[in-house]
Amino acid sequence: MNNIVLLPVLIPFIAGAVLILFRHFPKLQRISSAVVMLVMLAASVLLVYSVYQDGILTVELGNWPAPFGIVLVGDLFASLMVLLSSITGVTCLFFAFQTITKEREKYFFYPFYFFLLTGVNGSFLTGDLFNLFVFFEVMLISSFILIVTGGTKFQLRESYKYVVINIFASMMFLAALAYIYGLTGTLNLAHIAQQIEEIGQTGVVNTAAIMLLIVFGIKGALFPLYFWLPQSYYGPPAAIAALFGGLLTKVGVYAIFRTFTLIFVHDISFTHTVLLVLAALTMVLGVLAAVAQFNFKMILTYHIISQIGYMIMGLAIFTPLAVAGAIYHIAHNVVVKSALFMFAGATQKITGTNNLKEMSGLLKTHPALAWLFFISAVSIAGIPPLSGFFSKFALVLSGLEAEMYVIVAVALIVGVFTLFSMMKIFIYVFWGSPSLQRSDYSHIKLAPLLMPIVPFIVLTIAMGLFAEPVFTFIQLTADQILDPSIYIDAVLGE
Amino acid sequence: MKTNFLMLHTITRIVSFIVLSFSVYLFFAGHNAPGGGFIGGLMMAGALILLYVTFDAERINRVLPFDYTAIIAIGLLLAIVTGLNSYLFGDPFLTQYFEYYQIPFVGEVELTTALPFDLGILLVVVAVALLTIISIAEDVS
Repeated sequence: MNNIVLLPVLIPFIAGAVLILFRHFPKLQRISSAVVMLVMLAASVLLVYSVYQDGILTVELGNWPAPFGIVLVGDLFASLMVLLSSITGVTCLFFAFQTITKEREKYFFYPFYFFLLTGVNGSFLTGDLFNLFVFFEVMLISSFILIVTGGTKFQLRESYKYVVINIFASMMFLAALAYIYGLTGTLNLAHIAQQIEEIGQTGVVNTAAIMLLIVFGIKGALFPLYFWLPQSYYGPPAAIAALFGGLLTKVGVYAIFRTFTLIFVHDISFTHTVLLVLAALTMVLGVLAAVAQFNFKMILTYHIISQIGYMIMGLAIFTPLAVAGAIYHIAHNVVVKSALFMFAGATQKITGTNNLKEMSGLLKTHPALAWLFFISAVSIAGIPPLSGFFSKFALVLSGLEAEMYVIVAVALIVGVFTLFSMMKIFIYVFWGSPSLQRSDYSHIKLAPLLMPIVPFIVLTIAMGLFAEPVFTFIQLTADQILDPSIYIDAVLGE
Repeated sequence: MKTNFLMLHTITRIVSFIVLSFSVYLFFAGHNAPGGGFIGGLMMAGALILLYVTFDAERINRVLPFDYTAIIAIGLLLAIVTGLNSYLFGDPFLTQYFEYYQIPFVGEVELTTALPFDLGILLVVVAVALLTIISIAEDVS
């Protein structure tokens, strides 16, 4: 029993409920939400530290014992994800202060921002498949509102697709839950894992596994279910796009990791081959679509998809090094992808456009913006000594060790294309002669826009320079999730 | 020409009271028997919506001058804070406490912390249902 596990879920929930009452006081909302986010960040750091010190922490809600009641479980992987979500939450909030319009603030931006984080953190920490569904819904309903607020024609059309595909996924999730409950008689993750170990992973269990994979694939934007993502992430303003691009798809990826390392691990030759094929296709098609684009934000949204391919590749190879590389890649991607979206927002605010062909010469007028963007762009392309290099290095190395040469080749080629499209952005936006007059941008203060991005840049550099201690921690995380018995024992206490 | 819904008005005056009192009964029945905050709240919302349909919205808004948005927030907070009080005793979140008390004239009564939690749920359900329907109705006119 340890209530620390609950804090990352409860703090944003309470904050969201209180902020509804103060919708007409934007200044009060800003100050209090900033304070709450910092408290939440502290709570997540505390959670990671205590899990690192004491092993997996669980809390049985309402004091009902494990397989019957609802449990929240904080293991290293979950608490690391919670920490990432808090970091993204803090920085995107501070970025939102600079970029969000007054109308949005009035229409419950801050409450739903916090409800979204409640859902995200809850999905990471829950130890129960049905509550994963519930927290998914909390997250999705908040994201519907954040995407659709503003109500332009484009937003309404794209968010309609987003809503429909997600409701379809939720129904399918419920059907998969019914299958699993019918097979095992429980929805507690640890208990399901135990039951499936006993009954063996036969045909019906594989059916349920693939159904869950489809559901999480829709949420996490895997091939061929990613088509809803680019347009719907394009609509909302940069602060929300950064939060969504950095975080929301990773919730789907997290759920795939959780289920396919804890529960469905007895028929790897089938399930993880499916994952491997999906990973390769996701990487290739995502990056090809990105290369074809000439829109700053669109390139980034398509890159979300191709980067997810790398994470699933690590899971599919399924050796400790590969899984560690995948987790490293998740951490790296949350950090860098959110930063890139904020750069897109900042350049949009300066130039008034997202079209690469209409921008040029920002290097002369805004050198700080240019070089900070350059750092995160080469980081996502995987250039040493930044964080992106080490995650891809681990993935490629483990692929070679496992003698899966095709996926390694795919990963490397996709890396080249990533570098190409990032450089394309850099050349179009920052090189050339300045297209803007001084009077066009002098009223926009750059420093407050860049301040929230700086922590991300520091993180990506630090994760590269101090790769050894970071990687040791992530290796520990990977070892923990690759041994389901640790998780099962912690929850069921045997 | 103003239509006169005499039957509807007369019946609603009686029926809404029956429904409202039954919703209160359901609310208190919860926790040990079928009922509770959610179902009680839905029934209460049903009764209030019947009032809105029968009499015009302006009149009901005068009788029930509540800001439903605020009620949602208050209901949520009430439910969370009830769950949080278990932190004081070092128990997991949402642990419930109950005790039996002798109250004069009423007899033995069970007081539990599940009750304020349920009240929070009731407030949220009533406010969400009413807010949704009223917003849609006002949108048309």
